[in-house]
Formats: sequence, C-alpha cells, structure tokens
Amino acid sequence: MKTKKIKFSLIMTYVAVIGYIIFLGFPFVWMFTTSLKSPMELLSLDQSLIPKKFYWENYSIILNKRGLMHSALNSLIVALVTMVLTTIVAIPAGYAIARLHKIFSRAATGWILVSQVFPLSLIIIPLFIAVRDLHLIDSIYGLIVVYIVVNLPFALWMIRGYVVSIPTDLEEAGATDGASSFRILRSIVLPLLVPGIIATSLFTFLTSWNEFFFALVLIQSTDKETLPLNLARFMGSEGQVLLGPLAAGAFLATIPSLIVFGVIQRKLAGGLLAGAVKG
Amino acid sequence: MKSATRLKVQDGTIEKKRKKSSQKMYNRGAWIYALPAFIPLVLFSVVPLAKGIWTAFTDLEAGLYFKPKFIWFDNFRRLLGDSLFWHSFNIGVIWAVSCTVLSLVLGFGLALLLNQKLRFLGLMRVLSLVPWAMPPVIVAIMWSILLNPAVGPIRGIFNFLHLPGGDTNWLADFNTAFPTVVLIGAWVGMPIITVSILAALQGIPQEIIEAAKIDGASAVQRFRYVTLPAVRAITTALVALNIIWNFNSFGLVFVLTAGGPGGKTFMPALFVYNESFKYGNFGYAAAMGVVMMLAVLAMLGVYLRARGRQDKES
Repeated sequence: MKTKKIKFSLIMTYVAVIGYIIFLGFPFVWMFTTSLKSPMELLSLDQSLIPKKFYWENYSIILNKRGLMHSALNSLIVALVTMVLTTIVAIPAGYAIARLHKIFSRAATGWILVSQVFPLSLIIIPLFIAVRDLHLIDSIYGLIVVYIVVNLPFALWMIRGYVVSIPTDLEEAGATDGASSFRILRSIVLPLLVPGIIATSLFTFLTSWNEFFFALVLIQSTDKETLPLNLARFMGSEGQVLLGPLAAGAFLATIPSLIVFGVIQRKLAGGLLAGAVKG
Repeated sequence: MKSATRLKVQDGTIEKKRKKSSQKMYNRGAWIYALPAFIPLVLFSVVPLAKGIWTAFTDLEAGLYFKPKFIWFDNFRRLLGDSLFWHSFNIGVIWAVSCTVLSLVLGFGLALLLNQKLRFLGLMRVLSLVPWAMPPVIVAIMWSILLNPAVGPIRGIFNFLHLPGGDTNWLADFNTAFPTVVLIGAWVGMPIITVSILAALQGIPQEIIEAAKIDGASAVQRFRYVTLPAVRAITTALVALNIIWNFNSFGLVFVLTAGGPGGKTFMPALFVYNESFKYGNFGYAAAMGVVMMLAVLAMLGVYLRARGRQDKES
C-alpha cells in the first residue's frame, strides 16, 4: 500500500516536472523552429514542431533587412558604454555606502529601495523634459545617461553587498601602514571585488540590452533605434506576414542575453543575498 | 558552555571597537567617492520624481515653449470623472494581483521541485531562468508566434486532444485576451520567485527536517510547520515587489496587444504613455502617475498590514 502511494506521488512529481519543462522551454523551442520554416510551410494550417525542410534564408532575410544590424550596433554601443560608466561610478559610491557613516548609509540604501518602487509613469514626463532641455532627445547619448541612472540603484546595491562581505581588517592594516583611502580602495578592496564587479556590470549590460520603455519614449528616428525598438516595429508592420524572419530576429536578439545571463546567474543570486543579509 | 558565551561577548566588543575606528578613518574622504553616482541620481531621479508630483498640479502640455500654470487639484478633479482611466486602473489592479498570485504559485511549485533529487534537474534549472534573461519585447514576439491562430501549435494540440476552441485567436478575443496576457506575465515573473524561494528552501537545516520526520510529522505537516515558516519572509517581500512591478509593467503588454482588444488589456502604464506622448497632456498624465503611485502604496500597505497581523497571531 505504502509503496503504491510513493509510486503514485513520484509519478505526479514527474508529471509536474514535464509540465514545467514544456511551459518554460516549449515557447522558445517553437520560436526557434519557426525561424527555420519556409514561407510556404508557414502558410499551411497544420504545423509541426520540426520544420519539414530547414530554411536558413530567414536569417539572411532578417540580417539584410535595413536597420536590424544597425539597431543591434546601437544597442551594443548603448549597453557597453552604460555598463562601463555605471560600473566606474558605482564602485567608489558602493564602497562609500558600505563603509560610511550609518545615517548616510541608511539614507542611501533607503533611496535605492524607493527608486525601485515609484512608477516610471510618474518620472517619465519630467525625465523626458530634462533630457529635452539637454538637447539629448533622439540621441543615444541621452539614452545612455538615462540607462546609467536606471541601473545605478541596483549596481550600488550589489557593490555595497559585496563590499560589506569583505572583512575590514585588511583595510585597517592598510590604513595603519599609512595608505591613503584611495590607495586602500584601489589596492586592497578592488582586487577582492572583481567577481562582484563582473556580475554587476554584466547585469547592467543585460538590462540596457533588453530595455524597451525609455528607448520608446526617448528615441524617435529609425537610424537611432535600439534592437528591441526595431523588432517591436517590425512585428507591428510586416512581422505578421514575415513570421519566419521575425522569429529569426527574435532568436538572434536573445542569444546575447542568454549568454550574459548564463555567466552571471550564480553570482547574481549570491550578490542579492549578500546585500540583503548584511543590511 | 559558559566560556563559549563569554568568548562571543568579547568578540562582540572587539568588533564594535574596530568598527568605530574604521568608521573614523573612512568618513574623511569618502563623500567624494559617492558624488559621481549621486549627482546623476539626484538630477535624473530625485528631481524628476519631485517635478513629476509638481507637474500633476499644473496644466503642462508637450510643446517646447509651453508656460505651465499651477491649477491646484483640477487635474485630479477631472481624473475622478474619467471613466476610461478608472477602467484601465481596474484592469491594472486585477492584472497586478492575478499575475503575482499565479507566478507565486507556479514559482513556488517549481522551487519545491528543484529542491528535490530528481531527473532532468539541470535542464529544469536552466529553463527556469530563461524568462528572466529574455528581453520583454522578445517575450512578447515569441508568445505571439506561439499563440498565432493560424500557424501556432495550440490549434494542433487542441485538435489532437479533441478540445473545442482550437481556432481561438487568444490575444484578440474579448474573453481570452486578458487571461492569456496574465499567463504570459506569470511566465515572465516566475524566475525571480523560483530562485529566491529555492535559496530560502536550501537554507533550511537538514536536521530540522530529519527531526520532524522522526517525530512522525507527515509530508503535509512538514510543509506546513517547517517549509512555510522558512520561506515566509522572502515570500512577503516577493509578493510586494511583484505587485509593484506588475502594476507598472509596460513593454510586454504594449507589444503583445497594445491594450486591445477593445481595451481589455489597457494597463494604466499604457494609458499614461498615450496621454503624455500621444496627446501631450503632461500635467494630466502626471496626475495619473501620482494616482498610480498612491495605489501601489495603498496595495502594499493593505498587504503588509495583513501579513503583519498574521505574524502576530501565529
């Protein structure tokens, strides 16, 4: 009786496992195989998961589409510059928040949390006006400035978490030996922070690469649009007809995200928890 | 035993002293370190937030040389009678709650599975993170391909199982559009919940579970008295965050349905976007933003208070 019960619950568990695997993985697999189907095959009403004939032309169609590669380049530039600048600014500030006076540190972390809460709908208008006053509307520089600000709270939170987890002994030893605080940061703290910095900066890259809302508001001309803007526009116009190329473009745009995320996912969880536990 | 505690106390005092001396040392120049990060944060985040609230009390419009007038509560008065906005507001609340609940249930279940020794665990672990990594626009494109009424797989699956409704245009049908979008929203929201709850589950000491087993606790009892309390705090935080994120979410629905069909998925964030950047009514849109912020705070307040009361009772 008991073994029967256990067997039954094991079966149910694996039904759930398979259900989750399908729910999570199937949409992505379907998108990929759609990207390999010919226009003819996509006209028929009875579709199979595996394409009847692999049709790689979808990829050359979407890659030669005016604007896709250009927008991918825009996205890459925006994401890289945002990543570098955010990291450079966040390291000393995250360090200061972690080690500075309690009141200051509390106020800073408080603001970091608040900034995650308030609706974008509320700040987007003044932000738009501020960027407009700087004549940076429809410019990737304006987008970079906004992305740095969007990413900073999270980057600060992560770096702060990593700094807090470093024991202060080393820094004190450095101070006793007469090293300046800049020297301490550079020669003692920085080397220990490297894994955390990599995780934080890659996450910044990922957020900027994926971002849509600010790009939609701040970018107006097609030659400055980022990859998500380009694909969203493509889906709205010809995408319903050119389903194969649409799927191909969507698949290509996901690859960098998946690679970057794969590299950082373990570090990410660690950093979030370090920040949360040692408040 | 006694000496151990004494040792701990001593450790504590040493720690405190160290902290004090180090604090003195860092306070000197460290303000400068924070400046490069805090100037942009103040300029593009603190100031806009304050300005956004101020804008809600003006008649600001999109034009470059528009001189706004302070009009007190006129925007809010007008908003009270704006049935279209409240319709959208309702959709937003229902969406935020149902999406959060669904992704919590699904994410919790997945975390429980991932915490066991099963086959396909590696595959499931990787897959469980994919929705987190993908750009929202791509998620929308992917699901619209999947739900395509002509060439999507749903039709074939329905026919295979002899279910009615295979021809439904899921994202364009009045009855199915909203639930479909909620399901996709839950798909997107699952990973963070799964990862966080899994971390909490793995933090439960094995001895406690063994002890409960030896004491004869059934699986259900172990779940109720060991597992649930261990993930309680993180779940509260996750629910709160997800309500905020979902209520403010934009990109996914914007690309999936653009608010249609017939306004069935017209989220408040979309409404504010249209009001400000399509019609240029900055002041009025800012008032909507303020109402949304208050709504989020109210939802959080209700939820966290209920949670706090439960904690006191148990």
